[in-house]
Amino acid sequence: MRVTFTANGKPVEADDVWEGESLLYVLRERVGLPGSKNACEQGECGSCTVYLDGTPVCSCLVAAGQVQDREVRTVEGLTEESGELGLVQQSFIDAGAVQCGFCTPGLLVQTDALLERSPQPSDTDIREALSGNLCRCTGYEKIMDAVRLASARKCQKAGAAE
Amino acid sequence: MSTRTIQGQKNLQDITTGSKDGIGGSPLRPDGTLKVKGEFAYSSDMWHEDMLWGMALRSPHPRANILSVDISEALRTPGVYAVLTHEDIPGTKFYGLEIQDQPALAIDKVRYHGEAIALVAADHPETARRAVKKIKVEYEVLTPITTEEQALNPEVHGYVHEPHEYKSHGSGNICHSQRLVFGQGVTDEVKALADVVVKGEYEVGMQDQAFLGPESGLAVPAEDGGIDLYVATQWLHVDRQQMAPVLGLPEEKVRLTLAGVGGAFGGREDLSMQIHASLLAQRTGKPVKIVYARDESFFGHVHRHPAKMSYEHGATRDGKLVYSDVRLVLDGGAYASASPAVVGNAASLGNGPYNIPNVRMEAIALYTNNPSCGAMRGFGAVQACFGYETQMDRLAAELGMDPVELRQLNAMSEGDRLPTGQQIDSPAPVAELLRRVKDMPLPPPLDLANLDIRELPGALSNTSHGEGIVRGIGYSVGIKNVGFSEGFDDYSTARVRLEVIGGEPVAMVHTAMAEVGQGGITVHAQIARTELGVEQVTIHPANTEVGSAGSTSASRQTYMTGGAVKLAAEAVKQALIEKGRKRYGWTQTDLDLVGGKVVSAAQGSLVSMVDLLGDEAIDLTREHHHRPTEAFDKVTGQGFGHVQYTFCANRAVVDVDVELGLVKVVELTAAQDVGKALNPLSVVGQIQGGCTQALGLAVMEEIIVKDGKVRNASFTDYLIPTILDVPPIPVDVLELPDPNAPYGLRGVGEAPTVSATPSIVAAIRQATGIALNRIPVRPEHITGTL
Ligand code: FES
Ligand code: FES
Repeated sequence: MRVTFTANGKPVEADDVWEGESLLYVLRERVGLPGSKNACEQGECGSCTVYLDGTPVCSCLVAAGQVQDREVRTVEGLTEESGELGLVQQSFIDAGAVQCGFCTPGLLVQTDALLERSPQPSDTDIREALSGNLCRCTGYEKIMDAVRLASARKCQKAGAAE
Repeated sequence: MSTRTIQGQKNLQDITTGSKDGIGGSPLRPDGTLKVKGEFAYSSDMWHEDMLWGMALRSPHPRANILSVDISEALRTPGVYAVLTHEDIPGTKFYGLEIQDQPALAIDKVRYHGEAIALVAADHPETARRAVKKIKVEYEVLTPITTEEQALNPEVHGYVHEPHEYKSHGSGNICHSQRLVFGQGVTDEVKALADVVVKGEYEVGMQDQAFLGPESGLAVPAEDGGIDLYVATQWLHVDRQQMAPVLGLPEEKVRLTLAGVGGAFGGREDLSMQIHASLLAQRTGKPVKIVYARDESFFGHVHRHPAKMSYEHGATRDGKLVYSDVRLVLDGGAYASASPAVVGNAASLGNGPYNIPNVRMEAIALYTNNPSCGAMRGFGAVQACFGYETQMDRLAAELGMDPVELRQLNAMSEGDRLPTGQQIDSPAPVAELLRRVKDMPLPPPLDLANLDIRELPGALSNTSHGEGIVRGIGYSVGIKNVGFSEGFDDYSTARVRLEVIGGEPVAMVHTAMAEVGQGGITVHAQIARTELGVEQVTIHPANTEVGSAGSTSASRQTYMTGGAVKLAAEAVKQALIEKGRKRYGWTQTDLDLVGGKVVSAAQGSLVSMVDLLGDEAIDLTREHHHRPTEAFDKVTGQGFGHVQYTFCANRAVVDVDVELGLVKVVELTAAQDVGKALNPLSVVGQIQGGCTQALGLAVMEEIIVKDGKVRNASFTDYLIPTILDVPPIPVDVLELPDPNAPYGLRGVGEAPTVSATPSIVAAIRQATGIALNRIPVRPEHITGTL
């Protein structure tokens, strides 16, 4: 089948999609967006997290056909048009929250979504929001630092804009 | 290759970063920007126009004879390009890290659940999956050998490998063994010197590395009949060395390039898909990509050895250790992998960082029909640490002593001897590290009135409002060796090039080191900056075009490849200064490279490196070998076996719901001596990550194997710690330089994984009063409903 949807603001179409294919597979193997990662393909690790119509979902659990005419935003879409890193991306680098980085794309999308709905989360809020995203390398401490840093920067930016 | 491939392979090109930070600073990762943009190409992102997908058929039985394999129907499936069995292997059929006992594809029998039997290449992963299902295998199913008792009685239960099959392995189903006797060993006389004796039997379950990036890679057939493989691995050259004979190719025709690695932790030391993808590429003449699904990943790599251990310690009434008597049985599973070296580590480090005048020890690894075990972070030292640290707590209780004081009283320090007889010739601040973790402030006590219940054990499941919650505190300390031991000529190679690019001096570093996430490439850039006084450093992708870097394991890469980069950079620096001497007739002996200039300490700047270099490049390659070690004596275990030691101490604070058996680690503190922190941010990150894997082993992580069959090969059933399970991990870094190591550094990555587990179990024990002699501790161990 053919599936057409919007990925990071641009229309895309994928042909010859087999009905069992996941959104993750279509993104990674068919439309040239391999940023979302494949670690379990069972909805357990969060590495494949993308926005679907503004809500973070595990793209490995979404059948490709379900995204027809909908909007997908992936980690690639967190970078500004200018090529400049988004605030959450920069904070992960600055805090040393990236080691192997395989969990990073999913965590970035999930963090972005958290700070959208709650710009100043408590530590427990952060832990709750990110509990579906496994990281095997960091021990999460620096990921906590990264989210706190991103939150502070976001609030500062909002303050400056007022 | 298409534009998409080139786009997807950014990390396979040079990465240049600029910074002023040399060693001791914490510059940002050179690959960080690509990683947060989603542009870093991991091995599972490799893509080639016209590529095929490879997949393996794996055995559902842990032990069976293969009577026949029928591939005809699979071959007829539309979209299938090749189906291969062992008969299609052009070269030798076996490989292995230390003993060549593992067939690339099963021949006439299978020895573990998940062993690969046949391969398929197809145009879509789903086509491959369906074709794999159409391969018909007739088995004669045999009763698997799964216990120590069965393995040690081969006359009754048989052999995992027939005795004639491999000359190099031990007798019966013993893959490897190591004995050790220190002092007088354990005699009646020695025993009589002890006032108190503590005996215990301990068990460690099978832990998995569970790196997130699945085993994967792309094999591309080359015009010269060779293979180009883009793969996530820990040691490019040893992969090639094992692959070439099986592919029937000379080594130079097997070229490996490191693709992005999503974590490793020892699980990528053995081959996984390397030979399989290459065989399929050879046969089809097309690029072949293999990406393991998570269940296949559990089947496709070796795990941490499960262990059964018996410890006996004798001590005087005032707490001085008199003797220890230890037996460690490690289940190595079907193939040897790294078992011999793991046994060597377990035997030599299995008494911990303590002075014990008399020791008797035996460590063995068995061949069984359980999954194969090999390298995992901590490598043989982890299991033993749970044993000896539990013993220390029990001994302290027996003597009515404080458990930290008892440890400090017996702690080894510089100048002391290990039970291998080796004298420790660099700082060993064991007592100091314990003091540091003990002195760190404790988290505030449980305050049930002002509590967010999400912070209690069971967290989000809302299982408690504070009733039945008890807090406990536990301590531990551990020892780990750094680098390869027992006489192995451990070395690494680095090429450093200095040239002027865009009006600036730029250093290029080329090694075959596998960057698996640990941050080695950041450190290489720091070393080049420090030695050459430049800001811009280019990291060349790791590949087999440069000499071997050895493995990214054993906490050795900063020591070994970092050391090689230092040597090569120093050589480049000397060559540049020599060039200046020739040109300008300098006679000063105090010349150095600083801030892009050649400077004399007395006279300041002499000339800019740009002017001195002109359009000439200086390009030199150096090898770094560590000082030689020697094999342990077979009978006594004596010998200068390890090149360096590293120590970490921990304190764990836990809350336990004693009604439900749920544990929440509230805080896990670490103090570690790193010799010299080349990159403090990375060092702390490594220690926190290492502690987290130890936490996993303490309370949740285990591959459940029943009758040789794996029952939980998924992230649904094999649990690794989430951000809710992991507490704050305050880290105290001590820097006491090792005079024998580059910059005085010590390997960092493994020590916390060795030491942290027992502190958590000790804390649970303190909270509940239950013995807990097995890890991981499960709720039923706490509630007694086992
Ligand atoms: S790959 Fe989708 S949740 Fe793990
Ligand atoms: S950084 Fe490796 S999994 Fe998170």
